[in-house]
Amino acid sequence: MSTKINSSMSLAKPDSQTLSKTQKIAVALGVVGLFIMALALFNVDFPNKIIFLSLSLGLITAGTIMFSNNAYLTKQAGIKNDGVWFKSIASRGLWGWALGIALTLFYVVLYFKAEWLGLAADGGVNGGLVAMFDPLSRLLNGGPASQWFVYGTLYTVAILVFGYKFMLKYRHNRYEQLRTISVMFFQLAFAFLIPEFMARLNSETFSLPYYDLKNIWPLNFYNFDKYRVDSMIEAGDIGLAFLIFGIVSIFVISPILTYKYGKRWYCSWVCGCGGLAETAGDPFRHLSDKSQFAWKVERWVVHSVVVFVTLMTTAVIYSYLGNDSSKYWLTKDVFLLGVAGLLTVVFAWVMIFKRKELAKDAQYGAIGYFVIIMVLIGMHYFSGTKNVFLVDTYFLKSSYGFLIGAIFSGVIGVGFYPIFGNRVWCRFGCPMAAMLGFQQRLFSKFRITTNGGQCISCGNCSTYCEMGIDVRAYAQKGENIVRSSCVGCGICAAVCPRGVLKLENDSMNGRINSNDILLGNDVDLMDLVNQK
Amino acid sequence: MEHIVIIGNGISGVTAARHIRKLSDKKITIISAETEHFFSRTALMYIYMGHMQYEHTKPYEDSFWKKNRIDLKFGLVTAIDTEHKSLQFENNENLQFDKLIIATGSISNKFGWKGQDLKSVIGLYSKQDLDQLEAIAPNNEVCQRAVVVGGGLIGIELAEMLHSRKIPVTFLVREESFWDVVLPSGEAQMLDRHIKSHGIDLRLNSNLGEITSDDHGHANGVIIAETGETISCNLVGLTAGVSPNITLVKSSTIETDRGVLVNRYLETNVKDVYAIGDCAQQREPIGNRKPIEAVWYTGRMMGEALAQTICGNRMAYNPGHWFNSAKFFDIEYQTYGWVFATPKGGNAHFHWKHNDDQKCITIEYQEASNIFLGINTFGIRMRHEVFDRWLTEQRTTDYVIKNLKEANFDPEFYKTFEDAIIRAYSNQFNMA
Ligand SMILES: Cc1cc2nc3c(=O)[nH]c(=O)nc-3n(C[C@H](O)[C@H](O)[C@H](O)COP(=O)(O)OP(=O)(O)OC[C@H]3O[C@@H](n4cnc5c(N)ncnc54)[C@H](O)[C@@H]3O)c2cc1C
Ligand code: SF4
Ligand code: SF4
Repeated sequence: MSTKINSSMSLAKPDSQTLSKTQKIAVALGVVGLFIMALALFNVDFPNKIIFLSLSLGLITAGTIMFSNNAYLTKQAGIKNDGVWFKSIASRGLWGWALGIALTLFYVVLYFKAEWLGLAADGGVNGGLVAMFDPLSRLLNGGPASQWFVYGTLYTVAILVFGYKFMLKYRHNRYEQLRTISVMFFQLAFAFLIPEFMARLNSETFSLPYYDLKNIWPLNFYNFDKYRVDSMIEAGDIGLAFLIFGIVSIFVISPILTYKYGKRWYCSWVCGCGGLAETAGDPFRHLSDKSQFAWKVERWVVHSVVVFVTLMTTAVIYSYLGNDSSKYWLTKDVFLLGVAGLLTVVFAWVMIFKRKELAKDAQYGAIGYFVIIMVLIGMHYFSGTKNVFLVDTYFLKSSYGFLIGAIFSGVIGVGFYPIFGNRVWCRFGCPMAAMLGFQQRLFSKFRITTNGGQCISCGNCSTYCEMGIDVRAYAQKGENIVRSSCVGCGICAAVCPRGVLKLENDSMNGRINSNDILLGNDVDLMDLVNQK
Repeated sequence: MEHIVIIGNGISGVTAARHIRKLSDKKITIISAETEHFFSRTALMYIYMGHMQYEHTKPYEDSFWKKNRIDLKFGLVTAIDTEHKSLQFENNENLQFDKLIIATGSISNKFGWKGQDLKSVIGLYSKQDLDQLEAIAPNNEVCQRAVVVGGGLIGIELAEMLHSRKIPVTFLVREESFWDVVLPSGEAQMLDRHIKSHGIDLRLNSNLGEITSDDHGHANGVIIAETGETISCNLVGLTAGVSPNITLVKSSTIETDRGVLVNRYLETNVKDVYAIGDCAQQREPIGNRKPIEAVWYTGRMMGEALAQTICGNRMAYNPGHWFNSAKFFDIEYQTYGWVFATPKGGNAHFHWKHNDDQKCITIEYQEASNIFLGINTFGIRMRHEVFDRWLTEQRTTDYVIKNLKEANFDPEFYKTFEDAIIRAYSNQFNMA
């Protein structure tokens, strides 16, 4: 075995994992496309930016399509994991590390040194890579490009072209195809085009904040910042509609959908982070850590993020609300009481009805709840107008934005795809995933059903679970998989060679079962042992 | 404290150990000479194909064993002394036991072919076999052709494995069609076509004559018995079935036939000595089952039952309805109940096949009563629990066909074929 691990560290071909001639040409096309961008980055001033940008993006797209066609359409439909662990790029070999480092550097520059990409200093003219995107930006939103426009475009292109690749890879699987079409659509329309068009509507008298409608708090943790709320309110009916939609999506739409379909409706059908993970990130899904230890870390980290984002958002809103109830009903105190009340209702409901399901985790839930309540009380007593606990709330928010929004979701989340797998952010960092997951675990019809006694413990499901869920541990016990982190990508069910797993929405009764003796054995023995 | 010693860390031995631990505080030792930790033999193919690494095939983390106080011992047992309740190891160590579970699994069959012990001739059973395969056939430059002998479940896996590294494969199958001793001809022939469509050189009605050797004792070709044709190759895979691995047991006082003979309680003729899994042979067969059942599930079920007996709740091995599954290249197969290659006396088959030649089902039923006896399904996943229930309830085939939707287990949004199946069934039987 060890020979395999080592061979992937070398650039020389391990075994027969060489690329076909067509694939080599395809890679070359893509590299030329990237090279044009690299030239732009180094301030080569292309005469006709539109042509060169189209050429660059066109070559990348053509290369990926050509590669995918050759890789998948030349073979019969079916599972295409041959040689995954022999490929240097997909098994933490030299190419994997190289890609990881390149992506990480890109994110660092994007977040912290955008001027290196050519972003204009105040009022100036864009240069470098950003300038190359100016014409496209003007076309869509009327203004010059920013580093975020560059990033958004590249991100969208990545989801589209790698989405195409993924759809060919799983062309025998309608579930995979439909959800990929869905993430491609939501990225292109909701994350990319609509906000740009919205920006076009802005004028001196009318301005809407940038709003990707499919982003829901706490993913867009900044949604209820004062400037956004103000500008939404000032923008009249449309703005108010957005604000209300923002609130309704948290408290009504999302819980209903999660109840009916599990958190997958968002995480692998709508979300942009999930979209990139499922398309461009797909070749790295098997790199997620499946150990019990990683699971423990995951629960601590992701729930801490939830606590943090809840408190931070509360603090931000709290800081700009007034004290005088005669001016506006929603005062600081009403708001705090409201938050505390809501949390208490949820907590009480869980403890009374769902304690059993949570088992050991109930304690941690209780700790989290009390931390939040204590802080809320503290807020009431120790806060000024602009600060909470003497800390400026916008400092809180910007630290969150820096730590979670930039470092975690970007640098680690995507930069480390080739090292830790494609869902590091979704698993360890995303507060939205954690909150939907909490509901999925306790109050949802979704589960992955295990097919009686058919499991042969081969491990394909666990290996290819991007969330690092040890699916086999459940399947080989004949137990349904009801895990808060499951994003419902459906890959475990697809790769299972024995047809053991099925993602389903069904009645809540008997959703969580636990069998010691599996179907197929003596009926009396099954009854004897399984009834505890 | 009673010491339970288990020879063999495969699914049967490990399941027994896990359940004994759940039920008791006994001292448990598992012995193996293959790998230090339990791994899934059924996943061997995926290691060679690069879907997984060896680490991924281990169903439990390495820390599991210590946590559950199950001792692991790596070493080859060479003798069992039932009188003194002692095992002897290759390195002359001894180990005392109070109760012994023999779970030594199988070995690949060799039928005395000329050249069967040459280098570059392998079976596919153990981790060592896989390591050998990796050495002999790392790619299609070192191994320019491979011949796989024996058209069963392991043979087709080996063919698929080699194919994944673009090594040309000649597949010798003695029968008229692939695995047609088990599968009805419609299914077997569909698989023949599927195997060929992947570029496998499938030779039906072909027996191995002999394996030829080069000057260094490596196999360099295979002669087909029927035609005398020589196929030159760098690897010969012998996959003509398996038989119980009982050399160790034969020199002891424990009774054997083809396997270790056990009664329904999995007890051998010697008190406190039991046998489970591939190596066990039932004195009287159970229902339609063979006396030696070399499948994963039965090994697991025997382990589950024996743990009860060992912990004082004497329990016969009493498996429920038969089921099994496999995958042939891209076509998944599941079976529930009994479907024979040709219907048993008084029974008949209903067969439906989709035009794409990738999906079909066959149902065996009692002709007189219409009672449903079993189903083979290819390319459509079905629910174990539902068929298990229908078999227990002795449903008619009319009922099963009408309610087939309930048993569908394909992923969401998949095209369904129940309507087509119902139509085919009604046409065949002129139902309304
Ligand atoms: C490639 C392959 C694919 C398969 N696929 C499937 C499938 O899809 N579905 C299915 O149902 N079945 C499948 N099987 C069959 C299934 O794997 C076996 O039935 C099952 O593993 C048998 O388990 P066991 O516990 O009886 O023995 P084993 O798993 O064989 O374990 C026995 C262990 O005992 C050790 N041992 C033996 N003698 C000694 C000794 N003297 N000293 C020390 N250790 C010793 C052996 O080295 C071995 O590790 C497959 C088998 C193979 C080889
Ligand atoms: S358990 Fe299955 S469906 Fe859920 S995230 Fe893992 S692979 Fe996807
Ligand atoms: S559920 Fe399927 S993929 Fe997972 S271990 Fe079992 S047989 Fe393998």
